[in-house]
Amino acid sequence: MTRFSEKEQRVAAFALLGFGAAAAIPLVDDGYYLSLSVNIAMYAVLCTAWTLFSGPTHYISLATAAFFGIGTYTVGLGIDSLPFPLLLAIAGIAAAILAGLVGVATLRLSGVYFVIFTLGLAELVRQVVTWLQTNFTTSVGLYVFTDMTEKHIFWMLLALAAIVYATGWLINRSRLGFAMRIIGNDETVARHVGIDVARSKVILFMVSGAFIGITGAILAPRFAYVEPPSAFNPVISFQVVIMALLGGTGRLWAPLLGVIPFTILFDRISSSFPNHTSLLIGVAFMAIVYFLPRGVIGLIEDFRKPRAGKAGTVAPVPEAAE
Amino acid sequence: MTGRALLSVETVRKAFGGLVAINDVDFTVKQSELIGLIGPNGSGKTTMMNLISGALKPTSGTIRLDGEAISGLPAHKISQRGVARTFQLVRILPSLSAVENVIAGAVFGHIRAWGDDAYREAEVLLERVGLGGRGSAPTGSMTYIDQKRLELARALASNPRLLLLDEWLAGLNPSELKIGIELIRDLREDGRTIIMVEHVMDAIRSLCDRCVVMSSGVKIADGSVHDVLNQPEVVTAYLGADDA
Repeated sequence: MTRFSEKEQRVAAFALLGFGAAAAIPLVDDGYYLSLSVNIAMYAVLCTAWTLFSGPTHYISLATAAFFGIGTYTVGLGIDSLPFPLLLAIAGIAAAILAGLVGVATLRLSGVYFVIFTLGLAELVRQVVTWLQTNFTTSVGLYVFTDMTEKHIFWMLLALAAIVYATGWLINRSRLGFAMRIIGNDETVARHVGIDVARSKVILFMVSGAFIGITGAILAPRFAYVEPPSAFNPVISFQVVIMALLGGTGRLWAPLLGVIPFTILFDRISSSFPNHTSLLIGVAFMAIVYFLPRGVIGLIEDFRKPRAGKAGTVAPVPEAAE
Repeated sequence: MTGRALLSVETVRKAFGGLVAINDVDFTVKQSELIGLIGPNGSGKTTMMNLISGALKPTSGTIRLDGEAISGLPAHKISQRGVARTFQLVRILPSLSAVENVIAGAVFGHIRAWGDDAYREAEVLLERVGLGGRGSAPTGSMTYIDQKRLELARALASNPRLLLLDEWLAGLNPSELKIGIELIRDLREDGRTIIMVEHVMDAIRSLCDRCVVMSSGVKIADGSVHDVLNQPEVVTAYLGADDA
């Protein structure tokens, strides 16, 4: 649990190589493929951050759009007066505070109640922002003019992805990560071995929310014009869940396996069938749940099973009865 | 068996709505004592264990550990003060390996071990409960007694001041029972303070210093095992009254 295994060194080398190659993409193309890469990088960060919390706890959060929108709005409001890196930090802190408040209020709720609450939260925040803007400002939207281009956004997302992976890896090695694995197995046992279950969940939810908020902030210059329906778009919340589940939530890098194919698929569907996008995405989602209940990672592990058989990261466990 | 009271239960009451599961019960457990908490089914033994470990909060009354009130604290706080337990229906952590199951008991509770120390300690405990060398074994496929052993090792990993065993011997076959009794006897010889809820009377007779008997939420007897089991109230509670 505490040493660098050979496997970890291999993974680290592989990850460095992957990040290096990805960082070179803007040098090769700055049109369609870069734009697609930005989408992939964005969802990679969102899904991995989402999985940090939802993977071990099995809580499905639909609050992604709320944290994302808070980040986008932080930049929209502050871009004329504060430096961009500072805005990213503020976005992260604001999203973490919101996550903390939501966490304290709701993580005692279980299952479907939590899902509904988070969905409602995203909508509530959107309505409040709209109300504030229509009543106290002259326009419903905000302009974000910067000299940042797609490639800058891409590199920032890539750097954030590296931080998210490093954070996830550190959490997995920490007491908090171990506590989350125990909680994922059996909350009653977790409490009786001395784990403050509620606090652990809130901390993780805040970390996850902060990263999602920063992602929203990084994407703000891409929107150029920020308004509530685009910043707090509930579709983001759902797509994050779908992609993360498609990849699998048992491992840190598993969501990526869902993000890449789904982002490409989504792009193809929305360009080829612009009028039937939602319909086809819905069909794709049902097919995923039906044929790949454990995600792409489950498929890979099935192939590797004969030589694997080691206990390790969290496997999906049926909800423990309270 | 003289010594100060490690645990004192003072007029503790637990009501679930109109049902009084524990009715103003008092008893104490001294340092290094092994007491048996016995009584017919539904008499409130497991509820009592849940009140001590913090799984439930008492409706009224106070539970003190070494003089400090612990009643009303959440379970994790009570665990951090040195109370560890096993569960009536064995609860292992199926996606964790055996050694990780044991380490789970050591990391967050009364002691806060981590890293190599926790790992080494866990290996020692696995050896002690009879699972030596099986640290990396998957736990979901373990036999019932091995899962019980594992749960005991997890409870011991926190080096608890008070160990609660909730029917730890239930469901074992005769030869396993013998092993189980020896294991508990061993713990008692270490000076570990233990409360065991048990239906296996042989175990109670051969292990316990003292017995607390409950019936319908009320304490009906408290004393040496031999005396208690011959009291008419206790016999009545178990076998029913003559005219019943």
